[in-house]
Amino acid sequence: MHKIMKLGTIAATAMVAAGAVSAGTLEKVREAGELACGVSEGVPGFSNPNSDGVWVGLDADFCRAVAAAVLGDANAVRYVPLASKQKVLAVSSGQVDMTSRTTTWTMKRDSAEGVDFTAVVYYDGQGFMVSAEAGINSAKEMDGATVCVTTGTTTELNLADFGRANNLSLEPVVFEGKREAVDAYALGRCDALTTDMSQLAAFRTSFADPSAHKILPEVISKEPLAPLVAHGDNQWKDIVTWVVYGIITAEELGVTQANVADMAANSADPSVQRMLGSSGDTGGFIGLSSTWMLDAISAVGNYGEIYERNLTETLGLERGLNAQWKDGGILYAMPIR
Amino acid sequence: MDDNTIIFQPAPARPAPSNRVGPRAWLRANLFGGWKDTVVTLILLAILALTLPGLVDWMFVRATFFGDADNCRQAGGACWPFIVDKFNVLMMGVYPQELGWRPAVCAIALIVLAALTYTNRVRGIVLIVAWAILPVFALFMIGGAFGMREVDQSLWGGLMLSIMLALVGVIVSIPLGVLLALGRYYGPPVVKSLCVAFIELLRGVPLITILFMASVMMPLFLPPDLVINNLLRIQIAMILFSAAYMAEVVRGGLQAIPAGQTEAALALGVSRARTIAFIVVPQALRHVLPPLVGRCIALFKDTSLVIIVGLLDFLGMIKNASLDTTWLGFQAEAYVFAAFVYWLICYSLSLYGRELERRGPSAQKR
Repeated sequence: MHKIMKLGTIAATAMVAAGAVSAGTLEKVREAGELACGVSEGVPGFSNPNSDGVWVGLDADFCRAVAAAVLGDANAVRYVPLASKQKVLAVSSGQVDMTSRTTTWTMKRDSAEGVDFTAVVYYDGQGFMVSAEAGINSAKEMDGATVCVTTGTTTELNLADFGRANNLSLEPVVFEGKREAVDAYALGRCDALTTDMSQLAAFRTSFADPSAHKILPEVISKEPLAPLVAHGDNQWKDIVTWVVYGIITAEELGVTQANVADMAANSADPSVQRMLGSSGDTGGFIGLSSTWMLDAISAVGNYGEIYERNLTETLGLERGLNAQWKDGGILYAMPIR
Repeated sequence: MDDNTIIFQPAPARPAPSNRVGPRAWLRANLFGGWKDTVVTLILLAILALTLPGLVDWMFVRATFFGDADNCRQAGGACWPFIVDKFNVLMMGVYPQELGWRPAVCAIALIVLAALTYTNRVRGIVLIVAWAILPVFALFMIGGAFGMREVDQSLWGGLMLSIMLALVGVIVSIPLGVLLALGRYYGPPVVKSLCVAFIELLRGVPLITILFMASVMMPLFLPPDLVINNLLRIQIAMILFSAAYMAEVVRGGLQAIPAGQTEAALALGVSRARTIAFIVVPQALRHVLPPLVGRCIALFKDTSLVIIVGLLDFLGMIKNASLDTTWLGFQAEAYVFAAFVYWLICYSLSLYGRELERRGPSAQKR
């Protein structure tokens, strides 16, 4: 059955890819007056409904930013929770206008599956967490350790690759779900836990005593997470891409949610003027109003603010790779001009 | 009357022998009837003694009833403020909370109608019409009609969504199931084979696969202008799945009706359609009441599978709530609460099923 479904999926994807659907997503969004934004069904810090039933998180904020830039209203978002299996088809079949849901940018998805990636919003990677008592400071000191890991994921493969490459004998203890793996680690069934760094941080805060656990500095895989749009609508892809770049650039230029209105009126910096529409019309390049970034930043703030609000304050996540290129990270937005 | 007449006075009844009444007799009859019973009782007592203190300790003694996440983490026991804080989203998902009165009205209507049904205050055609109207009313109330603000179906969630999926599923799939069963049992060969094909196809595929097809694959086969929203597709999938099972249950009932009844009715000149509608089907349904109620309970529990197609039903919201950054690490409480709610609803349903069996005419026959 599974095989048949898989074949069906591939055939259907091929059909969609060949048809190159959905030119004119911008018109569709404007007509509907809302952005259908696919999010994950719940990843702490990225997208999850809070106690008031409002979607919060880094991914949800990027939905808001795009809605603000396109429609001038950050609340004009219809969040569509998508299961992992649905995400690609939901975009390629036009059920959602974009996704912002912790999806790793891979070659296969970008090329063969009928979707396009826009710009990376978060550089994640697989890491390790160990008990602080163990006195381990590097993943390379873990020879002979048992490691809790989720089955059937690239996580498991990455772990094996890492062990082989560094000549470490790591013994995987495999679990069906992430939660089970975490619980087993918490009960001391393994020496270490491995999954994406952002998730490790989230799980660490859930332990009774977070300081008893340590996240090791090694990142053993590349997981660049980026919003998805359907293949074949270049204008829409440009819009989502440049909203992401705009949000990142805003941090670089010191434009924040609080000072954006003031900057738009008074800043003498030509880069700021261009971005906020006080000189030139960068929004016009992608079919949006000249205040596109002014609206987006007023709604959600710059990248640093989004990160701080969703990941640092709640999960204690450091910026790490996701710092600006000037601050030792790899966040490098293309220039807006 | 003569004064000397002696009226027979029975001696007062003697108390039951002491080994038949009292706590000792009860213990003996129920727990220690023989060496096998005694062993089972002792094993169960041992299991209770091992688990219950820990559970009580976690749920009540060390539990936190007021406060926030930090209080909970310090106390170490169950964290009930978490459930209180999350109550609204668990009940109705990301539905706009200022409009929360609308689902609440529907819930009250549902509870009132259920109570009326259980106590047998409404019956017959009124009962059927009331239950048929309720989901439509709920649809308009929750979705927004009569000039109320429209709420998109992607915002429906929580227990509200689970109950709606199950309720609509049951109400539509029972008549559909009866029709399928009749088609399979009485229909002409073409209808019969179509019904058999439908039933066996749907029963031969796991619900997850059907949901997945309905949600992910179907939009690809439909023309691009025809957009059926995700929730409706899932609802239809659940109805069809459930109808196939209901049909098999009903067929069991049809087979239990002696052929003599149909023959007698036909011999008396009752038309074939009337014979089936008024003689066979009512009796058949009465026969299969217990498995029918069982299917309803199963359908309600099956709604929890919709999480794989991205609908945030009750269990989905439970999972979500335990992933909220302010309340990380309390998933046990969330699942205990979920188990309690599912148990409450399913147990009520099975109580009602038992009540129906007790009340029905078939009970007198036995």
